[in-house]
Amino acid sequence: MHDMSAHAVQHHAPPQGFIRKHIFSLDHKVIGKQYYGLALVAVFVGMVLSWIMRLHLGWTSLAIPGLHLLSKNGAPGNLMTPEYYLQLMTMHGTIMVFFVLTTAPFAAFGNFFLPIQVGAEDMPFPRFNMMSFWVTFVAFVVLISSFFVGDGPTLGGWTQYAPLSAVGAVSGPGQGLGVILWATSIALFCVGQLLGALNFITTTLDLRVKGMSLMRLPLTAWAWFITSCMGLTAFAVLMPACILLILDQVAGTSFFVPSNLVINDQLQPHSGGSTLLWQHLFWFFGHPEVYIAIVPGMGIVSHVLITNMRRPLLSHRVMIGCMAAIAVLSYMVYGHHMFVSGMNPFSSLAFSFPTLVITIPATIIVLMWIGSLYGSKLRISAASLFALGFVSMFVSGGVSGFFLAQPSIDIMLHATYFVVGHFHMVMAVAAIFGIFAGTYFWFPKMTGRMMNETLGKVHFWFSFVGTYCIFMPFHYLGIAGNVRRYQAFVNEYLQPLLPVHRFITVAALVTGAAQFIFLYNLIHSRFWGKPAPDNPWEATSLEWSTSTPPPFDNFGGKHPVVYHDPYQYGVGSSTGDYVMQNSPEQVVTEHEEE
Amino acid sequence: MATTVHEPPKIEPRRQRESGNGGWRNLVPADRDRHAVEDYSPPPASTGIWVVVYAITMTFAALTSALIVRKGSSLDWQHFTLPSILYFNTVLLLGSSVALEISRRRVAAFMGGIATPRESPARWLYITLVFGLLFVIGQYVAWARLSAEGLYLATNPSSSFFYLLTAAHVLHVLGGLGGLLYVIGKVRKSELRRSTLDAASRYWHFVDVLWLYLLFLLWMKV
Repeated sequence: MHDMSAHAVQHHAPPQGFIRKHIFSLDHKVIGKQYYGLALVAVFVGMVLSWIMRLHLGWTSLAIPGLHLLSKNGAPGNLMTPEYYLQLMTMHGTIMVFFVLTTAPFAAFGNFFLPIQVGAEDMPFPRFNMMSFWVTFVAFVVLISSFFVGDGPTLGGWTQYAPLSAVGAVSGPGQGLGVILWATSIALFCVGQLLGALNFITTTLDLRVKGMSLMRLPLTAWAWFITSCMGLTAFAVLMPACILLILDQVAGTSFFVPSNLVINDQLQPHSGGSTLLWQHLFWFFGHPEVYIAIVPGMGIVSHVLITNMRRPLLSHRVMIGCMAAIAVLSYMVYGHHMFVSGMNPFSSLAFSFPTLVITIPATIIVLMWIGSLYGSKLRISAASLFALGFVSMFVSGGVSGFFLAQPSIDIMLHATYFVVGHFHMVMAVAAIFGIFAGTYFWFPKMTGRMMNETLGKVHFWFSFVGTYCIFMPFHYLGIAGNVRRYQAFVNEYLQPLLPVHRFITVAALVTGAAQFIFLYNLIHSRFWGKPAPDNPWEATSLEWSTSTPPPFDNFGGKHPVVYHDPYQYGVGSSTGDYVMQNSPEQVVTEHEEE
Repeated sequence: MATTVHEPPKIEPRRQRESGNGGWRNLVPADRDRHAVEDYSPPPASTGIWVVVYAITMTFAALTSALIVRKGSSLDWQHFTLPSILYFNTVLLLGSSVALEISRRRVAAFMGGIATPRESPARWLYITLVFGLLFVIGQYVAWARLSAEGLYLATNPSSSFFYLLTAAHVLHVLGGLGGLLYVIGKVRKSELRRSTLDAASRYWHFVDVLWLYLLFLLWMKV
C-alpha cells in the first residue's frame, strides 16, 4: 500500500443485511458483479441458441431432442420450422448484442473498476446505479419471457425491420406479443444504460482524486467514459423508436407502416408510415452500438497488454484521441447498414466515405498495439493471450469491413454470410475476447482469488482456433453467394456448400464446449482458487493499490493522491520495474541510471 | 521507456474550488447549522443535470426527426388547430420558472445568511409546484378537448405526434415536480445543498424551454 491522503473520506456505512449487501446493493462493486453474472447467464443462453441453429443448418432433417420444450408450435416432432429458426436467430442476436456485449465490458467491468481507477469510493448516484442494473435485469426477464407466451418470441431479427415488426401477429409467429415484449425489453434496457451512462460520466468528470488529471486516467477509464458518451446519445434515440413501434402495434398508429400494405392477403389498417424511418432511428443507435461493444474492449486490451509488456503504448494521447474519433465518426456512418434499403444512392456515397475514414483511427490503434508489442518481452498469461486474440479478431474482422463499406460491393454481399462472418469477428468475438482478457486480469481483484492459468491458456487456444474455424468459412460462404437468414439450403447451388456448414457446426459445438472450461475455472477459482495478493501483476493503476478484494469504500477510509501517469513501467524504483500511480517515489529513467 | 519524473499533484483549479468537504456549494445556513458545511457536497449533481438534459434533448431530437420524416413520407397528414388552452398552459409554465428563480435566489440568500427567514424559504417552491401541477392538468384538458373533437392518438399522424410529444413532455414535467418535492423536503429539514437546488432549477427551466420548442414545432407542423 502506498501513500494515502491524510484527509479522511466521508464514509457511508456498509450495509449489514443480506438483501442490501448482495441483492439491492448500492455498492458499485456488487453492481458490477451483478452485471457480470447477468452477462454470463445471457451468453450461455445465447450460445445454446446458436448451437441449436447450427445443428439445424448442418443437418436440416435432424430431430433435436427436447426442442419441442422450447416451442410447441415451432418444433413439431423436434424438427425446427423456418419460423422457429428465425425466432432463435432473433433472440440470439438480441441477447448477445444487448445483454452480453454491452453489459459485460462496459457495465460490469466499468461499474467495478471505474470508481476505483479514479480514486472514488463509489459512483455519485448509487441509487440510480442500482436501478440501472435492476431495470436491465427486468429487461432481460421480459425478453426471455417471450419464449413462454403466445406463439413465442419475435422472428424479426435483432434489427426488427418495419413494417413486418409493426403490423402484429398477421406477419408471423411472435410478431404480435413477441414484438411488444422485445420492444418493451429494449426500451427498458435503454433506460438502464442511460442511468449507467449518467453515473459513468459524472464519476469520470467529478470524482477524480487529487492529482488524477484527465490525462492520468488509465485507458480503461477513458474507454468507459467515451462509451458512456456514445451510449447516452444512442440509447436516448433507440428508446423513443421502440415506443413508436409499440404504439404502431397496440394503438393503431402509422409511424412505420405504409399505405395499402397487404400481408398474408390482408390489407393492413395503417396509412402513410415510413419503413425507412425505423431503419434510420434503429441504425443511428445500431452502429454506435458496435463501438459501445468494442471500445471498452480496446481499453481493456490496452490496459492488459501494457501491464504484460512492461511498457506504455507508443502514445497515450493518440490512443485516447483515436477512441474519441471513432465515437464521433460512429454517428456519421450508420447508413452503411442501409445501402440496400432503397434510400437515395447519393446518401450511400455520403455514408460510405466516413465509413472508410473511421478505419483510420481504428488502424492507428492496431498499429500502436503492434508497434508497442514489437521488441517487448511480453509476459504470456491467459489475459495477455486473450488480449492478443482480441487484436487478431479485430484485424481479421475489420479487413472485411473495407469491402462492405463500399456500396457497389456491399450490394452483392449484404444478404450473405460474408456480413455474418464480418460482424461476428470484428464486433462479437473480439469484444468477447476483451471480456475474457478483463476477466483473467481482474478476477484476483474482484474475488480475492487467482484463476487457474493453465486452464485459462487451454481455454484460449480452443477459443482462438475454434473461432477462426467458425467465422473465416463464413466469408467464403458469403463470397460463394450463400444467403443468410435461411433455415435450410435447398437450392442446388448451395448444396456443395453443405459440408462447409457442417464443419462450422462441429467447430461451433467444440468451441462452445470449451467455454465450459472457462465456466469451471471461474466457479472453482472463486471458491477454491489460490488467495490473490494485492498486486499480482505488478500493475500501476489505482485498483492495484488497494487491498484484494477492495474494502467497501475502496481505499479504507482515505483518498489516494496520484503522482504519476498511469503506466510507469520499465523504470527504476524500489518496487521493481514499475511505479504505482499513487507512489510519491521519484521515477528513475533508464537514461538517468546510465 | 517512461520519462515522467516525480512532480507534485496537479489539481484543476475548478475541482479544488468546487468539490470536497465544503466547497462554495455548501453555503452556511442562516442558523449557523454546520451540518450543511460538513456534509460532503459533490458537484456531480451539476454535471449530472447537463447529462440528463443532453439525453432528453436527443430523445426529442429523434422524435422531431421522426415527425419531419413521417410528414414528408405521405399525403395523409391532416392539420388541425391546437387547443387554445395550450397557450394558457404555456403562461403557467413560464410563470413557474419565474417563481422557481425567485425561490432559488431566496433560498440561496437564506442559506448564505444574507436574508432572515421572514417567510418560509420554501414558499416560492410551493408556488412553482402549484403552477407545474396546473400545467399538467391543463395539458390533460387539452387532450380531453381534442378527444371531444374526435381526434385520438391513431386518428391521423398529426394527432399521433401531438399526443406523443405532449405526453412525453408531461412525463418529464412530472419528473421535475418530483425533483421539486425532493428539494422542498430538503429545505424543510435544512439539509439542502446548493448544487441540488441549482440542478433542480436547471432541469425545470429546461422542460420550460423544451415546451416552448414543442409548442412552436406543433404550431408549425400540426
